[in-house]
Amino acid sequence: MKFGVVVFPGSNCDHDCWYAPAKNLGFPTEMIWHDSSTLGDVDAVILPGGFAYGDYLRCGAIAKFSRVMTAVKKFANDGGLVIGICNGFQILVESGMLPGALLRNRGLKFICRPVDLRVETVDSPFSAEAAKGQILRMPIAHGEGCYFADDRTLDELEAEDRVLVRYVDNPNGSLRNIAGILNEKRNVMGLMPHPDRACDPLMGSTDGAVIFNSMAAAFAAIAK
Amino acid sequence: MKARVYVSLKPTVLDPQGATIKSALVGLGHSMIADVRQGKYFDIAIADGADREQVSKELEAISLDVLSNPVIENFQVELLD
Repeated sequence: MKFGVVVFPGSNCDHDCWYAPAKNLGFPTEMIWHDSSTLGDVDAVILPGGFAYGDYLRCGAIAKFSRVMTAVKKFANDGGLVIGICNGFQILVESGMLPGALLRNRGLKFICRPVDLRVETVDSPFSAEAAKGQILRMPIAHGEGCYFADDRTLDELEAEDRVLVRYVDNPNGSLRNIAGILNEKRNVMGLMPHPDRACDPLMGSTDGAVIFNSMAAAFAAIAK
Repeated sequence: MKARVYVSLKPTVLDPQGATIKSALVGLGHSMIADVRQGKYFDIAIADGADREQVSKELEAISLDVLSNPVIENFQVELLD
């Protein structure tokens, strides 16, 4: 199982997203430059947090046109596992790989603190190793994390069991307390909180590891 | 030729910045202010000799694909001479 971390100009959690799987969990992990038209031999793609292209225009709006995203889309269409964390989630919604949008936090403040998330579904390659209803503690660090979608889309997400994690105590005004969602095929996931910053005991929580370990287990099952 | 593209949040989307500006204005004593919605615009210069109809068509496409996010925003294209 090899993870690939896409590096956009302005990514600033790319090293966190490399360190967690590579150093904390022991998976081969490599960086993929945003200008690359291929993903090499990676088995899962991580779009990291940060401010890709300075968040110019809108968060994720320029990143979606970068060369690597064509390869990421093809990878996802072929069933590959893609996880977008924070800015990576914003890039996934901007590029239409996940529904909805991420708006300015309701309180207008950039919020950087640990939050509790409730696992809403374990029927996904990103959460199969967790327990339904399990509380995961990991940090958020965002100014534009308020999840928005129209009522029909929200109903659809819930009816299809595609809400992966919800905030126990909603920090940013996200509709229906949504913190992370799945695409229709359940192989693309985006979330605002940072599992990459919750894999090392020094960080105060290792609850994020279950996400990466679930991905590795799902891949191992497919590869068999 | 010049163009201006206005981008604004859809009426159904919460605008906390607009709401904050509104309450500041009311706080300053402008009690007639009922609501404020914040938006943005892009001033775009068009190369000489471009066909007006083509420009208009391309600007619509650009506004939809790049300048706005249709999930949350509306846009309006204005051609200025």
